[in-house]
Amino acid sequence: MTTVFGVPLPAILGQLMLGLVNGSFYALLSLGLAVIFGLLGVVNFAHGAFYMLGAFAAYIGLASFGVNYWWALLLAPLTVGLLGIVIERLLLRHLYHVEPVYGLLLTFGIALIAEGVMRSQFGASGKSYPVPPLLQGGFNLGFMVLPVYRAWVILASATVCGVTWFLIERTRLGSSLRAATENAKLVQAFGINVPLLVMCTYGAGVALAALAGVLAAPVVQVSPLMGSSLVIVVFAVVVIGGMGSIVGAIVSGLLLGLIEGLTKVIYPEASNIVVFVIMAVVLIWRPAGLFGKEQ
Amino acid sequence: MTRKSTIVVLGTLLGLYAASQASAAADQVVIGDIDDMSGVYADVMGQAGVDVINMAIADFGGTVLGKKITVLSVDHQNKPDIGASKFREWADQNGLTVVLGGSNTGVSIAMSKVAAAKKIPFIAIGAGGASLTGADCTPYTIHYAYDTTALGNGTASAIIKEGGKTWFFITADYAFGTQLQDAATKVVLANGGKVLGAVRAPLGTTDYSSFLLQAQASGAQVLGLANAGTDFSNSLKAANEFGITKTMKPAALLAFLTDIHAATLQTAQGLYLTTGWYWDLNDQTRAFGKRFFAKVNRMPTMDQAGVYSATMQYLNAVKAVGSTDSDKVMAQLKKTKINDFFAKDGYIRADGLMVHTMYVMKVKTPAESKYPWDYYQVVKVMPGEEADGAQPDQTCPMLKK
Repeated sequence: MTTVFGVPLPAILGQLMLGLVNGSFYALLSLGLAVIFGLLGVVNFAHGAFYMLGAFAAYIGLASFGVNYWWALLLAPLTVGLLGIVIERLLLRHLYHVEPVYGLLLTFGIALIAEGVMRSQFGASGKSYPVPPLLQGGFNLGFMVLPVYRAWVILASATVCGVTWFLIERTRLGSSLRAATENAKLVQAFGINVPLLVMCTYGAGVALAALAGVLAAPVVQVSPLMGSSLVIVVFAVVVIGGMGSIVGAIVSGLLLGLIEGLTKVIYPEASNIVVFVIMAVVLIWRPAGLFGKEQ
Repeated sequence: MTRKSTIVVLGTLLGLYAASQASAAADQVVIGDIDDMSGVYADVMGQAGVDVINMAIADFGGTVLGKKITVLSVDHQNKPDIGASKFREWADQNGLTVVLGGSNTGVSIAMSKVAAAKKIPFIAIGAGGASLTGADCTPYTIHYAYDTTALGNGTASAIIKEGGKTWFFITADYAFGTQLQDAATKVVLANGGKVLGAVRAPLGTTDYSSFLLQAQASGAQVLGLANAGTDFSNSLKAANEFGITKTMKPAALLAFLTDIHAATLQTAQGLYLTTGWYWDLNDQTRAFGKRFFAKVNRMPTMDQAGVYSATMQYLNAVKAVGSTDSDKVMAQLKKTKINDFFAKDGYIRADGLMVHTMYVMKVKTPAESKYPWDYYQVVKVMPGEEADGAQPDQTCPMLKK
């Protein structure tokens, strides 16, 4: 049998496939984070909490109101995105003129509150969300059985990332957004309502996190802590890609998923630090990240 | 007032406060509860553990030897340094007389070192690592509810008897996981089985799929899950999703009732596991279960039942010797038989392990479960000596004199 680093080739292929699935989650989460940072300059530490709330929204929808998975994909991001808008309107807005660290502290506090509330409601061990009937089963790829649901995650994430990139880089709305971050006063003078634009952007970034949460619900235990472990990795992904760079977030998300997958075969104990080692190396070599622009 | 004088005044006030606490503590019995209140093990013991201690104190009468009984509690966040430093702080400033709790073997080992240095009894309930009464034993540590040796003996031998000879382990990468894997490995090898491989997954891993592929590639018959809490439910869930449970038999080396509840019977059905207690064993256990349910709205785990029993044992020992003197209380605890709703024929061995009857359980199918929280059927009742051995652990340094 062909081997790479002493590991059989089918095993490597299997791990790369799984890395792609995880990379899809990283890409989706870091995308929202990059959009929010790029356009608002806010380091959104509550991103993991919104991801968790998205998963719980799906769970509550199913358990209490009979809302199925497909509706949850639409309704959970809407609900959580709306919550994001309320938070932006009432709290975050007042911190734009002060140092970014205040926004970071505020969102970190929001994350702790959200986790605490869900823990007291649902307990630390969380809830189980079933895989939707249409997506059960698996494809036999020869080297592994890929569950249909995981293939769906890759597809869904790729679509959402593509659409978001297109909206921001190739449409008129996107160009107003990008202009507003360069010079808000000038854009306002052209008759564009900048505060509204910023509010909707935050809402959309939060909705992306919630969408990732709904996608993750059938794969992992829906628990109050599911976001806090992930958000740190996602921050590293954003830093590696270049803070605020949308392409950077997507590419480095997928790339790090793959590298992490390989680490799990070669030296599993290091699988949760490999991302940070890469972050350190990238920061030394290119302080603005792989796709970031030097200021 | 200048800044310097403010600091002086504050310092003095704090000093006075600490002094008043220490003197007030002299005529009190102070029970410390140091546990995971917010992390992966928070449902296994957590805040409900504090409720149970208070329940036990109220049942005891609220005072012992005419002294008030105070409960202090803190979240150790699964960090050994926090557990150890809180233990030390309470011992120095709050007149601590005993510590209960301590989910997480790593934290409990750190806390037992403080127990030995401060000469204050530490009753470890939530932690599993057998080294607490082996290589890490102290004259002041008691290991109360279960340990990794008993878990290995219970679950691994039940599965080997059913023909599961070749094993692959997914192990939580810290003291508890490795000790659990070692205990199960011993049983597997002793019964002519083989271990084909193992991976160590970091605590709190959410994606187990790549470890499961490695397990499947090994060709082993049994998938040994040497982890707990959400680590357990996430790995089991992924094993189902990837169809691995069709070719391998999963073995839950440690699963608490709340883990099975969270994973749902649909996912967990047919699993073998070992526990020191279950709420639906007899009228006494059901009575405690119902009281607990009324307060916390879920059924108690073995740890939550254990902490009630341990609190009672401690208070009874204090009453019997007429003092909170650690050495006298420890001697009394070690010579008292334990027979209550929690433990049958229990006694504390010379190394500090509370030996008592353990149960090998099989998780029911959704169809077999007749009422809420009806999750286990008893496969085997294991007398304490069979679960843990009759002889004290010879690696315990204090026994080597």
